[in-house]
Amino acid sequence: MQDLNPVYFVLGSPLLAAAVLALIPGRWQIQASRLNALAALATLGAGCSLFAIRPRPTNFIFIDDFNIYLVVLTAFVGFTTSVFSASYIRHELETGRLDGAKLRFYHAMYQAFLFTMLLALVANNLGVMWVAVEGATLTTALMISLYRTREAIEAAWKYFILCGVGIALALFGTILMYLAAQPVMGSGLEAMAWASIIGHVGAFDPAILNLAFVFLLVGYGTKVGLAPLHAWLPDAHAEGPTPISAVLSGLLLNVALYAVLRFKMLLAGNSGALAPGPLMITMGLSSLLLASFMLYRRRDIKRLFAYSSIEHMGIITFAFGLGGPLANFAGLLHMTMHSLAKSGIFFAVGHIAQVKDTQKIADIRGLTTGHPALGWGFLIAVVAIAGLPPFGIFMSEFLVATSTIAHQPWLALPLVIGLLVSFGALILRLQGMAFGAPSPQPHKPVSASLVPLWAHLSLVLLAGLHLPAALVQWFQSVARILG
Amino acid sequence: MGNLPYDVAHLLGTSVLVLSFGLLFQRRILGVLNIFGVQAGFLAAAAAWQAHIQHAPHLYITAAIALVFKAIVIPLALRRIVFRLRIHRTVETVLGVGPTMIAGVGLVGLSVILVLPLTHQSVALTRDDLALALSIVLLGLLMMITRRNAVTQVVGFMSLENGLILAAVGVAGMPLVVEMSVAFSVMVAFIIFGIFFFHIRDRFDTLDLQSLESFRGERS
Repeated sequence: MQDLNPVYFVLGSPLLAAAVLALIPGRWQIQASRLNALAALATLGAGCSLFAIRPRPTNFIFIDDFNIYLVVLTAFVGFTTSVFSASYIRHELETGRLDGAKLRFYHAMYQAFLFTMLLALVANNLGVMWVAVEGATLTTALMISLYRTREAIEAAWKYFILCGVGIALALFGTILMYLAAQPVMGSGLEAMAWASIIGHVGAFDPAILNLAFVFLLVGYGTKVGLAPLHAWLPDAHAEGPTPISAVLSGLLLNVALYAVLRFKMLLAGNSGALAPGPLMITMGLSSLLLASFMLYRRRDIKRLFAYSSIEHMGIITFAFGLGGPLANFAGLLHMTMHSLAKSGIFFAVGHIAQVKDTQKIADIRGLTTGHPALGWGFLIAVVAIAGLPPFGIFMSEFLVATSTIAHQPWLALPLVIGLLVSFGALILRLQGMAFGAPSPQPHKPVSASLVPLWAHLSLVLLAGLHLPAALVQWFQSVARILG
Repeated sequence: MGNLPYDVAHLLGTSVLVLSFGLLFQRRILGVLNIFGVQAGFLAAAAAWQAHIQHAPHLYITAAIALVFKAIVIPLALRRIVFRLRIHRTVETVLGVGPTMIAGVGLVGLSVILVLPLTHQSVALTRDDLALALSIVLLGLLMMITRRNAVTQVVGFMSLENGLILAAVGVAGMPLVVEMSVAFSVMVAFIIFGIFFFHIRDRFDTLDLQSLESFRGERS
């Protein structure tokens, strides 16, 4: 059965699609956008087949309960975003903001980006994981600069430099990890394979592990957008094409956090090593507080939700830093819910920016009267991300807060302040945008496909009303692995 | 100790470090490029030496990449960019040489304090290499912080990367070193490509990042 390893399909489908899409000439880009969605659907299918056939780990690739869930989530959001992207792209072509040549590049890069993220998730070898995250940085930086405006190029440059340094520090951490493994496990690929390392990590020199983890946390933490390393994130979200903002927030941040968690698990296996929890709690809380206060002064709609992503990644990092079955469960749930809700919001925001022809919050008014379907969809999505019941995010935030009160009551205070402050900011901004008299711009017809948005919202709602028992069990088993 | 493999590796690693200080010290852009080329040459020699003493032929590839790509191609490409953009006479004054040097020495001290007590189990060679590599990484960061010009920032980034490669080749039998150095080179190539083609020249007239930051944060 070794030759039928479904992981190869998961990785092969986007890679092949990237190659094919790179060959499609510029005038057929509408068709190319459909092919893009089809390829993403094939990847999703291959991802789901991992549930049926669990491949045996090799030195390069392995699948366990933790990453299979992220692979499927990534493939799903990758697919819905490609559907959204198809309708977004059509509008950009019509208005002439993008041309065929740029779109050809964009579509190929989109699939290449999916490939690198999936590779980072299934990688067993820590070096391969690093190369994949680096590749994801490269592909997204190229897509952020797609519009070639002054702001877009500045955003891409900032992203390149900051994430480049982050990636470099993560590599140093990876080298240190191998240095710790090598005396115990000998030279060779074994000593870089996560699944083998975890069995021997107890015998590693804890001092080297500590140093390695600090570098890895700072390095990959830059990509998670944790304060104070978040400076690239709002620019990158605001200036690139909106589908890219959706996958950046919904997927790439998760993948980077996944890398941090893998190393956290390694540290937990060594009794002499430092506890990674307090470091992650500090970074998570500071991201949450910083972002929640920054939300008030945003004037750009995409920047607003970029800061909201920093806030939510802060909450998730905080939850995993807290540890224990309940907090880990809440973190996993929040990771999923945030991915779905935030990419859904960017789907709506993309179309809003297109119909209103602006990203300025002040110029967007009366969405619910001007564009009822889009406006109400956006309203519901923002209510969901702000953490109101009955949506899934309310549930996960509630779980984070209760487990904080149970374990570290004092930490609940900054957590709840952060949650409330950001809630207030989002609702304040939402009111202006959703209600009132519509702003006087010429109303362009939207050819928007709202299916991806509704699909995401209904999943978030469903999770808030009733989590299926199978999913609960699944999350519980992953939360146990996370320790 | 007095054994040849150790002494030569140490000498080459230290030379790379000294040239990092040279990069911090040099304020003319062309001078920075020259020093970077020499640094990459020493890195290539260090990698080749490790390939020889570890009997690891794949490290020769890393050495070849460093020599061809970093010591020759990139400095030449950057030199062309510098002349094309007419910034070859630019002298950068961000932070005085004195304070930068003191900060640099402090960083080297920090990395020695950090690494040497940690790795008492490992062989002396790995240990010293690691301390040197961390120093080079930190000096690269310092250079990126203290320079405003896009070209010199990229050089800072690449010298940081030189430190990483030095660390990777110094750890015995580390797999995938070649793949990683290739991945890094691709990234660097795209960054340079970005300066050259992605209109940074057209849009900003100057590569001074201060003019790039006028927009920072919010559109009013």
